[in-house]
Amino acid sequence: MASRRTVVLTLGLLLLIGLPPAALAFGEPFMVTLWSRILIWALAAASLDLILGYGGMVSLGHAAFVGIGAYTVGILGHHAFEGSAVPFLPGDWSGSALALVQWPAAVGAAALVALIIGALSLRTAGVYFIMITLAFAQMLYYFFISLPDYGGEDGINLWQRSEVPGLDTGDPVVFYYVCLVLLVGFLVLAKRLVDSRFGMVLRGCKQNEARLRALGCPTTRGKLVAFAIAGAGAGLAGALAANQTEFVDPGLMHWTKSGELIVMVLLGGMGTLVGPVFGAAALLLLEEVLTGITEHWMIILGPLLILVVLFARRGIYGWLAGPGARDG
Amino acid sequence: MAEPILEVRGLTKRFGALAASDGLDLTVRRGTVHGLIGPNGAGKTTAINQLSGELSPDSGHVLFEGRDVTRLPVHRRARLGLQRSYQITSLFPDFTALDNVAMAVQIRGRSCFGMGRPARRDPTLRDPARALLDRVGLDDRRDVVAGGLAHGEKRQLEIAMALAAGPRMLLLDEPMAGVGRRETRRLMDLLAPLRGEITLLLVEHDMDVVFALADEITVMVKGRAIASGPPESIRADREVRRAYLGDYG
Repeated sequence: MASRRTVVLTLGLLLLIGLPPAALAFGEPFMVTLWSRILIWALAAASLDLILGYGGMVSLGHAAFVGIGAYTVGILGHHAFEGSAVPFLPGDWSGSALALVQWPAAVGAAALVALIIGALSLRTAGVYFIMITLAFAQMLYYFFISLPDYGGEDGINLWQRSEVPGLDTGDPVVFYYVCLVLLVGFLVLAKRLVDSRFGMVLRGCKQNEARLRALGCPTTRGKLVAFAIAGAGAGLAGALAANQTEFVDPGLMHWTKSGELIVMVLLGGMGTLVGPVFGAAALLLLEEVLTGITEHWMIILGPLLILVVLFARRGIYGWLAGPGARDG
Repeated sequence: MAEPILEVRGLTKRFGALAASDGLDLTVRRGTVHGLIGPNGAGKTTAINQLSGELSPDSGHVLFEGRDVTRLPVHRRARLGLQRSYQITSLFPDFTALDNVAMAVQIRGRSCFGMGRPARRDPTLRDPARALLDRVGLDDRRDVVAGGLAHGEKRQLEIAMALAAGPRMLLLDEPMAGVGRRETRRLMDLLAPLRGEITLLLVEHDMDVVFALADEITVMVKGRAIASGPPESIRADREVRRAYLGDYG
């Protein structure tokens, strides 16, 4: 007999695969767009879970990497459209509108920035780590606000979505499936990672980092690699987010977005990778429903979150999938 | 006489006005069990922490196998073969006993950050870990989460982990602390056969244990070594008796 966890995962995946045709059949095309957004933020939240749930690193600046990914796509697309040279790079390359160029660039840029921020932040731990990641993210936020070439506070428009040969990414349903494939791909890779030797070290860091060092493990290096990988995942989410809204603004990087990512991880179930997908769905759907009732929807969300943290510590996914959900 | 594996010269560490190590000299010979004793507050744990690299001395030198390791970080010393165990058990509480030892085996190996195959299904990690759990008598507690083990069992696990790391020298900080008579016996039976294979530096409050196991004993008082020698001569030393053993009659 299949375990409860397998049932939940299979059902969840089938629902996600079947969602666009169902939404169109019921005359609710907006659902496809909403769920694309959920998939994108689920990807960002799952990447955060890698360091938060497994490595015990509470980063309050994870949205910065989403922003870096989004701006990479925005900037490359902007110069490709204008035919002007991309600044800060050697030569006079004028960007590209191809997803095959834009997305890896977004992932690479986010990983690189994460590597730099991580190298500095991981000298600290606990509350100091929270504060320093927050500080770096806010620095990036204000940096992009102060870039008039790219719209400053107003952000920049994407003139077209990233081009994938043979696919019409402008079509909401096609784009939805692109997001779904990338999310599932990321989850599979991340699962492999947390089960590997590297993943065991990462989990060990959360439980007792001093002991790992005493055994002879250079833990800081391991945590830094994990931080960069998580940043890369967030960068990919950013690239997709830019495509979805066809618009990039500094608000993506604001610390409240980082806070929302932590909420998604907690709500869905920390240290499960799949949990954050449930968390992202729950948070964004609640936002959708509650904003229809009152603009002060946070008043309802806040107490709800407290209840989850107090009474369902394993999160929505842990509650659905039972004790097997979490791999310690 | 075997050659020294560890030499400590003039180790000094101050915490404000308190000198926890005050020009400590210590020589441990290869393959021996070396006891480090002294009254409470003599600076034994501070000394161990400087040998393992968790604390950095204000002055003095630590030589391990002839190499100056005074400024090497913890993980580098561990990789040279200088391992330690802790006075307060230090495990991975959410991992099973087997996971704990497998982790130590993994870090000893070359690819401690491997990203390939699943670590929990890797026989090159699991098999040696199982063998070590057998050796310390925890074979039937393999799949119990470490946080749920009894105190004595945690001690045994701690030793299995230290051994898994393949040490040449093991710093044992009060391995019998808070352990009952029977478990003490079992731990002693575990440690005794290591003589010759691994050098042990044993900090311990239980005098019976130290005098039964040690080939050589160093007595610390107020951050310095006041006597060093075989157990018989330590027992006979008048200064030692006055400073320390007097309490024990």
